[in-house]
Amino acid sequence: MQLTLDEISILCVYSAMVVYAIAFIAFSIDLAKRSAAATAATDAALVEAKQAVAVGAASDATAGTGSTATAAPGASARPSKTAAGTGTGAVAYGRSPSLRVGVAMTVLAWLLHLTADVTRGFAAGRVPWANMYEFALTGTLIITTVFLVVIVISKHDLRFLGTFVTGLVLVLLGVAALNFYVSPIPLPPALQSVWLVIHVFVASASVGLFALGFALSVVQLMQSRREALLDTAKAAKATFLATLPDSVTLENLAYRVNIIGFIMWTFTLMAGSIWAEKAWGRYWGWDTKEVWTFIIWVVYAGYIHARATRGWRGSRSAWLAIIGFSAVLFNFTVVNLFFKGLHAYSGL
Amino acid sequence: MSPQSDPGAPSRPADHIDSVEPDAAEASVTGPKLGFVGWVRFGWRQLTSMRTALLLLLLLAIAAVPGSLVPQRSSDPNGVTQYFDDNPRLAPILDSVQMFDVYTSAWFSAIYLLLFVSLIGCIIPRTKHHFEALRARPPRTPVRLSRLAGFTERELPVSTGSTSDAAAEASIDAASKQLRQAGYRVERYALRGEPSVSAERGYLRETGNLVFHTALLGVLVAVGFGGGFGFSGQRVIVEGQTFVNTLAAFDSFNPGRFFNDTRLTPYRLSLENLDAVYETRNQDAIGQPIDFTAHVTVQGQQGEAEERTVKVNEPLYTHGTDVYLLGNGYAPTITVKNAAGEVVFTDAVPFLPQDANLTSIGVVKVPDGMPEQLGMVGFFYPTQSELTTGAYTSSYPDLILPVLTLNVYEGDLGIDEGTPTSVYTLDPSTMEQLTGGDTGVDSIELKPGETAELPNGLGTVTFDDATPESSSTDAADGDYSQSVPRFASFDIHHDPTQIWVLIFAALILGGLLVSLFVPRRRMWVKAVTKPDGRVVLEYAALARGEDPGLEEAVTSFADKHAGPRPSPVE
Ligand code: HEM
Repeated sequence: MQLTLDEISILCVYSAMVVYAIAFIAFSIDLAKRSAAATAATDAALVEAKQAVAVGAASDATAGTGSTATAAPGASARPSKTAAGTGTGAVAYGRSPSLRVGVAMTVLAWLLHLTADVTRGFAAGRVPWANMYEFALTGTLIITTVFLVVIVISKHDLRFLGTFVTGLVLVLLGVAALNFYVSPIPLPPALQSVWLVIHVFVASASVGLFALGFALSVVQLMQSRREALLDTAKAAKATFLATLPDSVTLENLAYRVNIIGFIMWTFTLMAGSIWAEKAWGRYWGWDTKEVWTFIIWVVYAGYIHARATRGWRGSRSAWLAIIGFSAVLFNFTVVNLFFKGLHAYSGL
Repeated sequence: MSPQSDPGAPSRPADHIDSVEPDAAEASVTGPKLGFVGWVRFGWRQLTSMRTALLLLLLLAIAAVPGSLVPQRSSDPNGVTQYFDDNPRLAPILDSVQMFDVYTSAWFSAIYLLLFVSLIGCIIPRTKHHFEALRARPPRTPVRLSRLAGFTERELPVSTGSTSDAAAEASIDAASKQLRQAGYRVERYALRGEPSVSAERGYLRETGNLVFHTALLGVLVAVGFGGGFGFSGQRVIVEGQTFVNTLAAFDSFNPGRFFNDTRLTPYRLSLENLDAVYETRNQDAIGQPIDFTAHVTVQGQQGEAEERTVKVNEPLYTHGTDVYLLGNGYAPTITVKNAAGEVVFTDAVPFLPQDANLTSIGVVKVPDGMPEQLGMVGFFYPTQSELTTGAYTSSYPDLILPVLTLNVYEGDLGIDEGTPTSVYTLDPSTMEQLTGGDTGVDSIELKPGETAELPNGLGTVTFDDATPESSSTDAADGDYSQSVPRFASFDIHHDPTQIWVLIFAALILGGLLVSLFVPRRRMWVKAVTKPDGRVVLEYAALARGEDPGLEEAVTSFADKHAGPRPSPVE
């Protein structure tokens, strides 16, 4: 039996989903192991602290290992807030096999995903991002690509984001394959434009960056809650968070990812306007999709301002990044499917 | 504005994260005892603070939401009408708070105008300050560098026969030179006999930020004026017809506030033909449009006629106007003769498409030459097929089996009073229906080239076959492909400020890139005499704003200047 290109593409999509699922499981196991490691470190620190007290020695030893040791009497090990990086109860965490399996599976899934996307493009005889199914296919591919690129170039070990990334991609890809699939059909005249290639591609890339920024902001909020607990000398539960960068580092990383996303989004908005001018004779008309593109842009502009505003840096600005990405998801799903407008490209 | 402890620092609103926190005691003293001027100043400072800008941005985002939930008059007038029909109680309430005109509403405008006032209040002092900073010397080297970012030390290389003082001077000279080459502005200082260089770079960051914010203002102004000087008009042209760019020739016309019609260049635009290509092979997309191309000739008052094309996504820019192909359809040629056999009507009548397969509706109005005025409402099916209910529909958008059905009305067309009526609708309230519906008389049904009798012996109606004489086959042979002319609906715009919007948009993007990626930093190199008399070189830097690469920059400069650190000191 001869498979058509589109059938090959679909086959690859489903295979990629299976491999993403395996990667997701591996990353989740890694997170569980991190929690276990954190708990173990805490216990070790407690034992050490007790011994330190017993021999009446200075409590220097505990300072390095973990601030949870503050529960121990006499130990003045609570690290000062200014201590960078490892000070806030961080637990060193080596390389875990499950983390490596997770990354390897993500790379494999990415290859399948890429094949699916490329064959889909050939099947349709054009760029594979002209309807909702294709946009989801390419958009999720870009999310994975951004993730893989970031873990390669970042100075920090960001592989822990794998659970979020593979989970998100798996869900979006699944929804797209099951609900949005349409067979490849030619482009209507309104979509035949280089701006389709540019505008939509850059939009997908910014979505990939915003997704990572979102994940980092969420972890940042969790981390800063944990740090606040440690600061007030309450015993924080030892979780995987102990093995991750501190909240300030996470915030800086999120900011860097988000501003690149923001610049791309700015470009998306402008390229969209130029295209709208060519296709519809006006560059801006407050069509629903334009409205949401604008809203997202303004929310992220707010986020950047918040970072520079006293009293707003930290958790508050993180919430804005989270709201921003929620608006991105809303724009892609609800606005595409249920709102009326000129951008009726879902193909459904 | 804020206390200027650091003249080289960019001027920022007082609540900017990099600004010096105002003294709490000072603030509470000045707080309650403000005079009028004090209050104005206080209010202005509030309005131009980062917090206000942030708040207004978030408000703007929220205020934009309802416009996507409720149809807007500007983009979807029919949707608004529908909404009023569907929600007769809610709609007037929403209308009273301008929910159908969100983006021109008082409240939306208030938010963005306040935001832009705040923006102006923010950029003016910053621009002024930035110009001063551009001319200012890099600030004095701090007394203690060890507390600053990226602090590192290196041995001072002293060659034999030279004093350490001379070596220090030479080394600082070299550092100045290297820093200047790296794009820093440098200034030598000597503190208590210790030579040092203070360097600053990245003024472009602040420039980019100011360009960005100013260009935002530029876009707003350009958009605000753009509508004023331009116009937009719509015109339907049937194949073979010509349009002259004058006010009277438009079907509808929306001038801007400052527009006058002497600005229209009366060029001629003729639609030679409109090519429509539909998918024929892909089973999942049969009949889907693939391409529309309007072949036109354009002729100015002087000069040759030029052949041009207009396509979706490829507008025609000519004589200062932009011509867009926004729609197309069929314009069956219909001829009506009265009982005496005289032609009382003949024209290609544009029929408005109702679905993807171009089932279309059109109206024929015959005001003169008949005993009473005559109106006809027609359906046109480019490829007729019959539903199980017996009703007709079109199953393909191209001309395979074109059929025209007409219902005839007699009476008063309501066009004599001079009130404008649409050419696409017929008001049957003052007319009597003669065919179709409940009349018991069958609707008239015609293929191209066919003629039918009008009821009551009123005369005849013909659906003319428009196939050109030269064509080898025609409707008589069952080839209908050219039997019905097409029409194109064009939007013709003129917007003199569009180019400005584009320029400002480019500045926004450029300013953004520069302001987010150019690091603004200071760096210092100092030759310090240690208590034991040894002289060492100290390096340190300070970030002005986000600067992830700062520490690395210091280390790599120190390595370049004095060689790598021999071994970690810790
Ligand atoms: C019209 C709405 C505004 C938008 C869309 C906007 C957007 C932005 C964006 C995207 C940035 C980051 C890029 C850059 O640094 O150049 C930024 C930075 C900045 N904006 Fe605005 N802005 C607006 C209004 C204002 C207003 C009213 C103020 C004054 C209170 C202001 C003050 C600043 C400052 C000081 C920065 C630099 C932040 C930093 O140090 O990182 N902006 N703005």
